[in-house]
Order: sequence, then structure tokens, then C-alpha cells
Amino acid sequence: MTTDGAPLRVDSLRMEFGGITAVDGTSFVVEDGTLTGLIGPNGAGKSTTFNCITGVYTPTAGHVYFQGEEITGLAPHQIARRGLVRTFQIARELEEMTVFENMMLAPQHQRGESLIASVVPGLRAAVVTEERGLRAEVWETLEFFEIDHLAHEYAGNLSGGQRKLLELARALMTDPEMLLLDEPLAGVNPTLEKKLLERIHALRAEGYTFLLVEHDMEVIMENCARVIVMHQGQVLAEGAPAEIKEDEAVIDAYLGEPI
Amino acid sequence: MTQTVTGAVTETMRRLVGDSDLRMIGVTIGGVYLIATLLAIAAGYDVGGIVNTLRAITVFAAGYGMLVLALNLHWGYTGLFNIGVAGFMAIGTYVTAILSAPPELSPGAGLGLPIPIAVLGGMLAAAIAGVLTALPALKMRADYLAIVTVALSEIIRLSIKSQTLAEVSVAGVTVGTGGGRGISYPAPSDAASWLIELVPGGTVLYPAGAAVGIARPVVTGLVYMLILVAFTAAFYWLLVQIGQSPFGRVLKAIREDELVASALGKDTRIFKLKVFAVGCALMGLGGYLWLGRSGFVNDLSFRPDITFFVFVALIIGGAGSNTGSVLGGIIFSGVLFYLPQFISQNFVRAARAPDTFVEALSGDLAGYLVANISALRFVAIGVLLVWLMQRRPEGILGHRMEAAAAIDLRGGRAGGSDDD
Repeated sequence: MTTDGAPLRVDSLRMEFGGITAVDGTSFVVEDGTLTGLIGPNGAGKSTTFNCITGVYTPTAGHVYFQGEEITGLAPHQIARRGLVRTFQIARELEEMTVFENMMLAPQHQRGESLIASVVPGLRAAVVTEERGLRAEVWETLEFFEIDHLAHEYAGNLSGGQRKLLELARALMTDPEMLLLDEPLAGVNPTLEKKLLERIHALRAEGYTFLLVEHDMEVIMENCARVIVMHQGQVLAEGAPAEIKEDEAVIDAYLGEPI
Repeated sequence: MTQTVTGAVTETMRRLVGDSDLRMIGVTIGGVYLIATLLAIAAGYDVGGIVNTLRAITVFAAGYGMLVLALNLHWGYTGLFNIGVAGFMAIGTYVTAILSAPPELSPGAGLGLPIPIAVLGGMLAAAIAGVLTALPALKMRADYLAIVTVALSEIIRLSIKSQTLAEVSVAGVTVGTGGGRGISYPAPSDAASWLIELVPGGTVLYPAGAAVGIARPVVTGLVYMLILVAFTAAFYWLLVQIGQSPFGRVLKAIREDELVASALGKDTRIFKLKVFAVGCALMGLGGYLWLGRSGFVNDLSFRPDITFFVFVALIIGGAGSNTGSVLGGIIFSGVLFYLPQFISQNFVRAARAPDTFVEALSGDLAGYLVANISALRFVAIGVLLVWLMQRRPEGILGHRMEAAAAIDLRGGRAGGSDDD
């Protein structure tokens, strides 16, 4: 398995919960600068794989490499700091914070995240300066996602689709290398879905790498260059959408549904 | 219906008081002062007595203010369920006491260090105790922290009381808590007379006080009261600085959803430990300055009920809001705690009250209520809490959503007002 140009490599990943094996020896790579889709029927182990990659679960066995370095078993914040940032299936906004505060939270290594720098008057000036810089950056990102009109709204008041946009925008504020999106289009109306996909494509063109877990087969087939199909905790097929559509095993796994 | 009534009351309050935090606090304390003054006049107090009553209320309110603010940092900002407030107060107070008490002073035994160093030592000890408590519990769900802290606070109180720790000799130096007899040490309240002597012309206060009928101890008491108020203001300032910063933003995020904060690269455990240490240090300092102000404490000051009182005050004021914390401290300590006590001390002998509630219903209900007011206030606090939970679970000022940035984020793209 080549790792050249592959920021993310999952190798024989295994995750057991008690007697149940949710992920059973999954291996795949995500190539640099691609929009890769991860699909599979319910219970295929997509979300568990996701949680193993991002450090929410520590896998029972197997390895995860990001940019050539092993990240297996690291804490979620350590993985995020390396530039591998995720979003959540059910958008997890910080509801009692405004959209703007949500965005300001994300940037890494903020000077003011030190308690001392926040309270000592002499050091606080630098924090204020940094905050002003971030504010400008946040406005830019909010405008890119066309949610700048919601800047001062509490995140709890946003619609499902707006939350998904905010979540992606917020993840982007961490200055990631690669984004893992867990069902970014679930519960999003068609207009916003189009907007969201446009943004994802634009960002991919800028060089970001995406791994997309999605339920909606059509979306994956239309938008992803490469598709990984999981079934019963294992990778069933891997390839371009056209190949996947013809794959007998995949068709069987989906009980003959046309893909 | 009740919703609109509550809304209307809040709206009227807002029109009368405005949105300014300082004005809100001023109006609240002013209201408490007014009631207390009227009661004191009715009880036949002279000027000195009235002033002393208001002083006592303010000391109470400032003491609660400090502790509620410290708890707000834990529970209001970060969502850390610390129900061991009394324990951390005890550690701060006792360590400061032991460090500052002269060796010859008995009961208890100390090191006789300068008071500022002793105070720092006490805060540090409380902070370390906080970190040690939090370390194992922070990995787990919030309720475990609650169990650990409440247990710890009782362990601390019982250890203080135990004869084993009353006097301990370590390498020829004798230190100890004094056990059940309590511990004596240089009184923080002596700082007042020291300050009066230190400030040029400060001693003028004594004859000036005497001229209007305020005795010398009340004058020093008033100065110590101002010191406590200044500390409360400093706590408030510190919390605003912490809240309105990227650090505070992460705390708020932890409260809302810790997994999100860590998915954005924040090491939430470090943030929680830091904030726990700071809050515990403040609790230790608050305990020393307030409950320890007379230069003598024993274990009875640190029973778990003080923890629950501080929580009640925070819930009334509104978790998450600093101004709400101070308001909650004033309302709880003034209206719910001090005034009923004042009434029971001054008005009970006026009439023979009925012995039971049933008797009271058919006769002198008011007399019965006054006679039993110190017990009934706990009923009133309970009723108030139930009412709050149903009608306004966020407290007076909770959910006002304090800003979480070092700059003003409001306003448009051009930048809004740029003040810090």
C-alpha cells in the first residue's frame, strides 16, 4: 500500500465493543487533495471508523496514519491539532454561544487561551490585537459560507442546514489539512445542500482533502472522485463511482437496490 | 400567563434599573439597606446601631459575593459541578491561619509567617487540593466530580476536627489545626485599624465616627467591610477578564459540549484543571477573609450547608453571570438570611406567639411567623428554589449570555466599537 500523497491511511483497523465487532480489519487510504466518500448500509461501521480515526475511540487493533505519522490512540484534541479535523453527524453547535463566538473558538494556538495572558493587564493587549485579527478572518469565512448575516445569532437558533454550514466553517477556522465530514448533508434542504457542496468543491480545489461519510448514495456518486464502500465492518469495494456502481458485491450488500 | 407576568416584571425592572450592571447591584443593595434601616428604626436602634446593621449585611453580602463568584467560575462558566465549596474554603482558611499564627498562640500552633505570604500559601494549598481532587474525577462524567468534592469537603472538615491533627510536630516545628477547639491567628480584620493608622489622616475617622454616634469598633468594622467589598470587586474583575478572553471561550465551549471543544484541538482537561485550581484558590481566600475575619475559626464554620447556600445564591442570581452572582449573594445573604435573623432577634419578645401552626391559623399568624422566622426562612428558600426552577431556571440574570471574547464582537464587518 503506497502512502505517497496519501494524508490518511487506515491499516487493519479493528474495534470491538464487548463481544460485538463494529470494525473488522478495515484498511483504506485517502489521497491528497481528493474528495473521498465513505458509504455503506446502516451498521457497516462507518461512524465507528470515523470515531477511531479522530480519537473518540481507541481502536482495539490496527493503525491510523496521518501525513505519515501514526496517530492511533491519540486524544481527539491532539489529532485535531495535527490538522485532521472532523464535524459531527448531528451538528454539535455550542448553542449558547453566538455564531461568531463559535467561529472564534476554533483557531489553534491562540495566545489568549493561556490563563495568564488573559488576566495580566500587560499581556492582555497582545490578546486583544490577536482577537482583532481573528475577527477579520472570521468575517471572511462567514462570508464565504454566506452565513455572515447570522454572525450574532445564537447557534441554538440556527436551522439544521445553517448549523451544518457553521460546523464546516468552524472546522475550517482551525486551519486544517484534512476534513472529515460525518453526514454533512443530513437534514439539509436542497438549496443549502447545493451551497454546501459548492463550498466543499471550492475548498477541495484550494487543496484541502475531504473524507465524507454520507448516507445519500446519489450525493456521493455525483461528487466524490473516489468511493470506499464498507459492509459489516470491512471495506467491500474501493474505486471510482462508475466502478462502484458496477460492483456485484456492492449491489448485493445493498440488497440489489440500484445505485 | 405566569410567563407574561414574569416577563412584565423583568421588563419593569429593566426600565427602572436599566441594563447597567453597577446600577443593578446598587439598586439591589439599596433596597436591602432600605428594608434593614426601616426594621432597625422600628427596633429602636440609634445611628450607630443602624450603621452597624448595614455593615453586617454588607459583610455578609460581600462574603457570599466572593464565594458565589468563585463558584460561578466552576459551575457557571465551565459546568464543573463542585459541591465541596466548604472544603476548599476550609483549606484556604486553615492553611493561612497555621502559616500566620505565632507559635506561642494557642489553641492550634503555627509558623508565624507574614500575613501576605500566609494568604498566598493558603490560596496555593486550596488550589493544589482542587487539582488533586479534580485529577481523577475530571476524566469522568460531571456527577463524579460532585461526589468526589462533597466527600472531600467532609473529609477535610472531619480531619480539621480530629485530635490527631490538632498538634503535629514535624522536624521540631509544631503545627496543627487545634482540633475541635479551633485555631487562633492574627485576625484579618485587624488590617482595618492598621490601614487607618497607615493612611495619613486616617485616624480622623475615629472622632468623626464618634461625633455621629458610631463607636470605634464599628469604624474599624466599616473599614474592613470596605476591604471585603474591594476584594469582591477584584474577584469580579478577575472573572470578567477570564470570561472575556479566548480562555473563557474555551470554558464556555466545555460547558456546552466538551467533545466539540476537543474536536477543535482544545486540551479540555488542562483548561478544567486550571479553572478548578483558580476557583478553589478564590474560595480559600474568600473563606479566610470572610468566615475567618475575627482571627478564630473552628470546624463548625465549614459545614456542608455553606456549600449549598452558595449554590442557592448562584442559582438565584443566575449561573454564568458575574453580576448575577453578586446579586444572588446580596439577595440570599441579605433578604433570605440576615434580615429574618435580625427580625427574630429584635421582634420576637414583643408578643407571645402561638406554639403551633394550627393554633396560629386561628389566631396570631403574624406573631407565629415572626417567632419562627429563622426556621421558616429555610422553608422560604425552598419555596423560592422550586418557584425559580419552574418559572425561571436560569436565575435573575442567567442566560444573559456574557461575551466570550477579549474584544466586542458585535457590530458589522467594519468592526463595531473597538473597546476592550
